[in-house]
Amino acid sequence: MNKVNMTIDGIQLYVPENYTILEAAKEAGISIPTLCFLKDVNEIGCCRMCIVEVEGAKAMPAACVHPVSEGMVVRTHTPRVMEARKVNLDLILSNHNARCQTCSRSMMDCELQALANKLMIEDVVFEGESAKLPLDIGTSIVRDPNKCILCRRCISACKKIQSVGVIDIVGRGFDAHVGSPFGIRLEETPCVNCGQCINYCPVGALKEKDDTAKVWDALYDPDRVVIVQTAPAVRVALGEDFNMPIGEPVTGKMVTALRMLGFDQVFDTDTGADLTIMEEGTELIDRIRGGGRLPMITSCSPGWIKFCEHNYPEYLDNLSTCKSPHQMFGAILKTYYAEKNGIDPEKIFVVSVMPCTAKKFEAARPEMSVNGLADVDAVITTRELASMIYDVGIDFPKLGDSQFDDPFGSATGAGVIFGATGGVMEAALRTVADILTGQSLDNFEYEDIRGLEGIKITTVEVADLKLRAAVAHGLGNARKIMDAVRAGEHFDFIEIMACPGGCVNGGGQPLQLSEVRSWKDVRAERAKGVYREDMKSFIRKSYKNPAIKKLYKEYLGMAGGSRSHELLHTHYKARDNYGKSPLPE
Amino acid sequence: MCGTCAAEMEKKLHAVIDRHRDTRGALIPILHEAQELYGYLPLEVQRTIAEELETPLAEVYGVVSFYSQFTTTPRGKYRISVCMGTACYVKGAGEILDRLKARLSVDVGECTEDGRYSLDACRCIGACGLAPVVTINDEVFGKLQPDDVDEIIDSYDKKEGQV
Repeated sequence: MNKVNMTIDGIQLYVPENYTILEAAKEAGISIPTLCFLKDVNEIGCCRMCIVEVEGAKAMPAACVHPVSEGMVVRTHTPRVMEARKVNLDLILSNHNARCQTCSRSMMDCELQALANKLMIEDVVFEGESAKLPLDIGTSIVRDPNKCILCRRCISACKKIQSVGVIDIVGRGFDAHVGSPFGIRLEETPCVNCGQCINYCPVGALKEKDDTAKVWDALYDPDRVVIVQTAPAVRVALGEDFNMPIGEPVTGKMVTALRMLGFDQVFDTDTGADLTIMEEGTELIDRIRGGGRLPMITSCSPGWIKFCEHNYPEYLDNLSTCKSPHQMFGAILKTYYAEKNGIDPEKIFVVSVMPCTAKKFEAARPEMSVNGLADVDAVITTRELASMIYDVGIDFPKLGDSQFDDPFGSATGAGVIFGATGGVMEAALRTVADILTGQSLDNFEYEDIRGLEGIKITTVEVADLKLRAAVAHGLGNARKIMDAVRAGEHFDFIEIMACPGGCVNGGGQPLQLSEVRSWKDVRAERAKGVYREDMKSFIRKSYKNPAIKKLYKEYLGMAGGSRSHELLHTHYKARDNYGKSPLPE
Repeated sequence: MCGTCAAEMEKKLHAVIDRHRDTRGALIPILHEAQELYGYLPLEVQRTIAEELETPLAEVYGVVSFYSQFTTTPRGKYRISVCMGTACYVKGAGEILDRLKARLSVDVGECTEDGRYSLDACRCIGACGLAPVVTINDEVFGKLQPDDVDEIIDSYDKKEGQV
């Protein structure tokens, strides 16, 4: 890479020629304020917060998109720049519904507020007309366009990264807003509820549908047995909402906090994941041996399921029939667990704490019930759990560690790695390899399918089987791999996670501001936490989980048996894209 | 509903798309011709275009909503446009528009129930010397007084065989 000499605020730099001014400044330790910028996601220079003065140039270019050049002299904080930034921010604020007191982002996650403080905006100068657009409240996602500042990060996330593209800029001038076509409710579009838009929103225009009230009601209902289960990715991110390092596992503190909140039983969704592996591993072997439909594609990610229903309906039979781990676990709690403990299943209220917004939609699907009872009664995100912990004044970082409750407290490392891309496949292979060889293999870490490469393809040899496997994360990558399948490329087993990086980067995870996200891979940090938990686990293969063994012995019989099918498996149906009405005359 | 007409229109729409699809910036010319074909750009037409171009519908709709010459509501057989440019405006275009609204019982952007007339307010059409100006399809009416409105509409009704 060729390098260029340049000066920023008097500091001489020698930087690669493909750098932007922003990147060069970053290297010099100079912080230029940004708002719409999110590295690799949204680099469009539309908010004009990062404008700088370049010697010899008349206009002030946006540092986030303007490339460096030989001999360039940049000044980032001149009075002219500062004044222009202030005016631009003032204009943005003048049409922002600043009900900060009641905004979900006001505590620490609002980039607009942080910027207004940084630029020392004392009052909104331009008071004028403000937009009044309706809220869009869905099962998973709530959109408040009146808080939107038109940075377009959500559009980039939805269109570019996820290849879903259900929102875009609608209208022109003052009427311009982020919306769906024809103002159709997001839930009735091919939106998959992944919530990546939320993760990238700098303000409170996008958030999950808040279900904490439902949970509090259940907790304070003396007739209810309220059982909580937590997904693997939650434990490596929850601490971030309490200013702890990114990716630091806080499993023990989380369990303590959940007990303090009043949950009657605190279980681990990893047990559900182990159960999923038993069923899915068996299904994979059956499909390969019995000439079933291949590739088999994982079905744990509800964002991916809905994406498949909309975009690849002819491959719905390739999806594993397994419900996702928390749904399976919910079904077991309301049958086996209820029977065993003499609890009326109607009194059981199952709460799933998930890194995911799409899980809310999944839990509300009619497919996800047994005997007329929903498997899971409420889904809250990692963020919502953090807010509940805040609500009751728990000092989270100071909490001691506790253990999950028995009988479902002994999940394996295989269950934990579900949280990172490649994890479900690795967990499945660990068990499948042992079943097929009839021995406990020592070599069970599948490094090839770990990591953040968008699509990972590998051939795995287990016993006499040679499996061509692919792992894709982020729906843009999912689309690529599915298009390859459609074009005839052969795979035996495919893992797909809707969110880039897998569940650790789910739409319900603690927010990281763009100044962190742009320069640090949050996904990698959290995945490290997941693999650390796996390494620490005493048991690292699902079929060795004693609770699972007992469950099959006492209740389910065999993996893939009739009772399993009744409780733990399901099927999906094709969905329309924006309705099906015919073209007019 | 005439099944054959719909099928014929669909064929024409696909022909339009095929003619442009390989050129850069195909979307806007396709939208123009599709609007000529259908008179407007309803969801189904936009969805067909989006699917064929492998572009999200939201992006297509974003473009349609940006340009004022695109419309998503059906147009009438007679498309009435009231020029709201500066000259026409100061010469009383507002009052003309109000009279048209009252006479046709529609709002701007709407179409009469029988599909005969649709009403729009447009930007300057460059005929300021004739202000205030109204166009009906390709016909231009200039230097209008509010009282001219009824007469003009009557003449079109007459053409349709109904007073």
